[in-house]
Formats: sequence, C-alpha cells, structure tokens
Amino acid sequence: MAMIRPLTGPAGPGQAGLPISESRLPARSRYPAIRGLQRMVTAIRSNRKATWGFVLLVLFCLVSAFPGLIAHDDPSAMIYPVSLGPSAHHLLGTTGLGQDMFAQVIWGARPVLLIAFGVGIAATGIAVLIGVAAAYLGGLWDAVLNLLTDVLLVIPLFPLLIIIAGYLHSAGTLVMIAVITFTGWSYTARQLRSQALSLRNREFLEAARVRGERPLYIVVVEIIPTMTSLIVASFLTNALYAVLFSTSLQFIGLGDPTIVSWGTMLRAAENNEAFQTGQALWIIAPGLCIVALGAAFALLNYAFDEIGNPALRPLRRARVKQSR
Amino acid sequence: MRFALRRLAFFVLTLWAALTLNFLLPRLMPGNPAVAMIAKFKGGVSPQALKALESQFGVETHKSLISQYGSYLGNMATGRFGTSLSQYPASVGHIVMNAIPWTLGLVGITTIFAFILGTGIGILGAWRRGGALDSIMPPTFVITSVIPYFWLGLVLILIFGVQLKWLPYFFSYDYTLTPSFSLSFIGNVLEHAVLPATTLLITTIGTWILTMRNTMITTLAEDYVRMARAKGLSGRRIMLDYAARNAILPNLTGFAMSLGFVLGGAILIEYVFNYQGVGYWLLAAVDNEDYPLMQALFLLITVAVLVAILISDIATALLDPRTRDAG
Repeated sequence: MAMIRPLTGPAGPGQAGLPISESRLPARSRYPAIRGLQRMVTAIRSNRKATWGFVLLVLFCLVSAFPGLIAHDDPSAMIYPVSLGPSAHHLLGTTGLGQDMFAQVIWGARPVLLIAFGVGIAATGIAVLIGVAAAYLGGLWDAVLNLLTDVLLVIPLFPLLIIIAGYLHSAGTLVMIAVITFTGWSYTARQLRSQALSLRNREFLEAARVRGERPLYIVVVEIIPTMTSLIVASFLTNALYAVLFSTSLQFIGLGDPTIVSWGTMLRAAENNEAFQTGQALWIIAPGLCIVALGAAFALLNYAFDEIGNPALRPLRRARVKQSR
Repeated sequence: MRFALRRLAFFVLTLWAALTLNFLLPRLMPGNPAVAMIAKFKGGVSPQALKALESQFGVETHKSLISQYGSYLGNMATGRFGTSLSQYPASVGHIVMNAIPWTLGLVGITTIFAFILGTGIGILGAWRRGGALDSIMPPTFVITSVIPYFWLGLVLILIFGVQLKWLPYFFSYDYTLTPSFSLSFIGNVLEHAVLPATTLLITTIGTWILTMRNTMITTLAEDYVRMARAKGLSGRRIMLDYAARNAILPNLTGFAMSLGFVLGGAILIEYVFNYQGVGYWLLAAVDNEDYPLMQALFLLITVAVLVAILISDIATALLDPRTRDAG
C-alpha cells in the first residue's frame, strides 16, 4: 500500500468556531500544484472514504453527461398511465402526472450537477481572489476585504437566499448559480485568507519579491499553487452547499418548475400528495439521489481533512501500516 | 474592554448591512417586485395601508432614494414593520410575536438536546479510539449531515405518520383543541413535536459528534493528558476533567452561534410539518408576495444570529484569554 505523505506543519484542530480544519499546509516542493494533485490521487486510492466519494461523483457525472443512453423516455412527457408501480417498462413506475419516474431521476441529475460545479468553481474563484488578495495586499485592502467577508459570513445564508429567490420568482439554473455563489463564497474565503496569511513571510515569496516580480505574478504563480488542497476543499464545500440549497429552493417552489430536477420532482410529489396515493418512490428516489451526491462531496472533503490531520485517521489501518 | 467594543462595532455594522440589504434588494430586482405586489393587493387593503406600503418599498417616485432610506431606517428602529398583506389587517409585529415561541420551543430545545447528546457521543468515540463506535461513526455522521432536512421530514412522515399512523405530522397541535395550559393540550403539543424534532436531531447531531471527536483526539495527544495518565488518575477523570474540558471550547462557541441560528435554522422542517413558527411564516410570506412580513422575519432571524455571535465572542474571550488578541 502506498504511504500517504503527511503534510508538513502542525496538525491542530480548526480555529474556534470553524469546524473544518485549517491546517492543510502545503508540502514544499518545486511544483506544488502537481505535488498537490499527486497527493490527491494517492489519497483517493488509499482512503476508503475518498474512494467511495470519488466513485459516486464520477458515476453522477457520467449519468448527467449521457442521460439519454440510460433512460430512453422523455422525462417531462406526461404520456403514461398515472401512478404505475415499478415494472420492466418503467423501472421506478410512473409519477402521479404520468411521467416515467426513472427518466426523471436520470435526467434530473444534470441541473443539480451543473449548479454544484458552477457554484463550486465560481465561489472558490471569488474566495481565492478575495482571500488571497486580502492576505497578500495587507493594510487597508485587507481590512476592507476582511470586513466584507466577515459581514457576509454572519448574515444567515438560507433565509437570504429565500428572500432573493422570492423577489426573483422561479430561478433557472444560471440564476441559481449566481445567487448561491453571491451568498456563499465568504466561508471559504476566510479559510483561504488565513492560509495565505501564514505564507506571507515565507522565504520563497521573499525571493520572488527580491527578483522584482509583480504582485499579480506572485499571487498567481507563487501563492495559489501551494494552496491546491485547500482550494479543492473549498470547491467541495461550496458544491455540497449548492446541492443542498438549490434542491431546497426548488422544493419550496422558488426554482424554475419547468426544469426536470430532483428538487422540482420532490415539489411535484408533495403537491400531488404522493404519500396519500401510495407513491412513496416518487419521494424516496430523488431524495436518495440528493443524499448520495451530497455524501460524495462530503466524504471526499472529510477524507482530505483526515489526510491533512493524520491523527483523525481510522486507527486500525495505521496499525496495519506499522506492521509492514 | 477594547475587545468588547470592537465586537460591538462589528455588530452594529453587520446590522446596518442587513438593514441596507433589506432596503436595496426589492429596489434592485428586475421588474420591481414591489409594484407587482401592490397591484396584487390593491382593493384588498385600505388606501392608507397601501400608501404606507408604497413608501416602504419606494414605489412613490417623487421622493429621493436617500430620503426613502432615512424614513426606512427610522421605521425599523422604532419597530414599525407595517401591515401584513396576506393576513390583512394583522400587523407584521403581531404575526412575528405569535410565531417566535413555537420555533424557540421546537428548534431551541432540540438544538440544546442535539448539542449535549452529540458532544457526549463525540467524547466517548474519541476516548475509545479504534472501538466499534469510533470506526463506524465518521462515515455514518458525514452522511447524516448531508441529508436535506425537508426530505428526512417527508420520509419520517411516510413511515410514522402515513404507514404506521403512530404520530401526527400536521400543525403544532390538534385543530379541534383550544390552546390552554391543561395537561392534555401540552401532551398534544409534545406529540406533534416528536417528528419534526427527530428530523432536526438526526440531521444536526453529526456535526456536533464529529467536531467534538476531532478536537478531542488532538487534545488526547497533549502532554498534560500523558502526565495525567502517568499520575495514575482514573480513566473517567482524564477523559472528562483533562481532555473533554479543554476540547469542548470550540464546540461551545459553535453551540452559542447555533442558538442564534435557531430562529432561521429549521425553515424547511416547519414548512414540511406545517409547524407555524418563524420559518413557516417566512415561506408563507414569500409565497404570497407579502414583502413587509418577509422583510421583518429576515431581519429578526439576522438579529438573533448577530446577538448570539456577540455573546459567544465575549464568552469565548472570557473563557480563553488567548483569543482576545486574535480579534
């Protein structure tokens, strides 16, 4: 079994009030970004939680890339008898509106994954820009950007999302990504800032400054690559919240009802009293998909936390390693 | 003292930001949603209320944005939140006051319970490293904490409400009863709280368990814990007085903050169970385009969070002198 290289730096708990560990310090190497990615591949192969998370995520990506290959029915066509039970023709039966439920579950993956990846990338991008800029520029810039982050951090996100979505009426996929990104970037920006702060006086940055590099070059080429694992964690956290928030908004009727998605499926099921008509699958199937996708992001994130802080790893495996 | 003042300044600033957000959002949105709302309720409410509404949402155009903002801040400071439109002629303040106790009772008590139980399980899990509890705990609770509240609520309704018919799942008490302080009424309220409270407990407990476990593991590796073992103290004493006592601090901060999130934390649970608390009314207001009620509830939820954070910051500074400089 390949050894996981413990990351340098103290493996302490997260700061007070921040449950996620901020202790992922980068290994010093010539190509930190590549080393970071290599470490992730090793991690996915050797940590069982990471393997499960990765497999689930790849599975969902494949499903949402080629839904037509898996489900041949049109997911929104109401052309079948209503409320059929599972059969060879309809693997999960039909909905109370006469749609093929299996096709709905399969096609419903795409908008959720689009939102998850869209928010994950956009929010992480903003978090990196603002967090690193604040830490590197220092002075007044740091004070202003940090204050902005802190203010947004304490305003309750989900109620704010509800208010904005309420004013907008039926938010489509792009609007959903924009709104969740706008409200959600602050948490990871704060983590990235404290990481960048700890780097500020390192020698390799000093060297770059002496060479006369521009600040932008230093931030993009020198600082950001050393934070690969934290950036990945930021992506996973934001993607997870996007999955939960967007399906919740769709469920309470603030999403675009014409999109076939797990959240809108659950809304339709609740509106048509799926329980009372014995249509339990209508609620269970999309919900399980949300949990599985959320778990994929969360397991990967927790596994990377374990790798950053070796003390948290399961004990039994550690013993096996020692005996070899 | 300087620390407390700085936190207080932050509190005021954030409150101002939330107020301003509330003021600007309807004015920034495409197609001005307030105009649609006023058109919808025209005729249903008195001309007086309509006029107040127009000035609240900036529909009357002869006033400048600055003077609108000034009178808005004045109204909020003096607690004049206006009239609810969907529940006309009830005032917004009246509806909010009726909603708060239900949410505090349901979500507040469940949050305290989840914290105590979760922290306890976390301590035990970390203490018995490598035991059965410890090895199944992390993956299990990573997964329970990503279950959407509303979906778990639906599943529990399906199993215990519809199939087994063990527990009620609609409203906070039986419609046929009149609220009173009798034993049977309180029993009825408790019965209606079981399913929503269980939903909340299952989805929130994982975070408490995992954060407590993870800090506890780090603390157990400290020298003073080894010292306590060397002194031959009982395991129980080391676990509780030496390790847990120090490890609980970050969790305590999180707990104080989560108390602030009580009012807005279970919006979807209240929605699924039709439990008439703050979150239920927030969604009802959004659904009915009742913007005055919606704004007041959002403000209330935000203020609750800000107060809790202020208290938890000051409490942490008192408990742990090291954090005072970190600011």
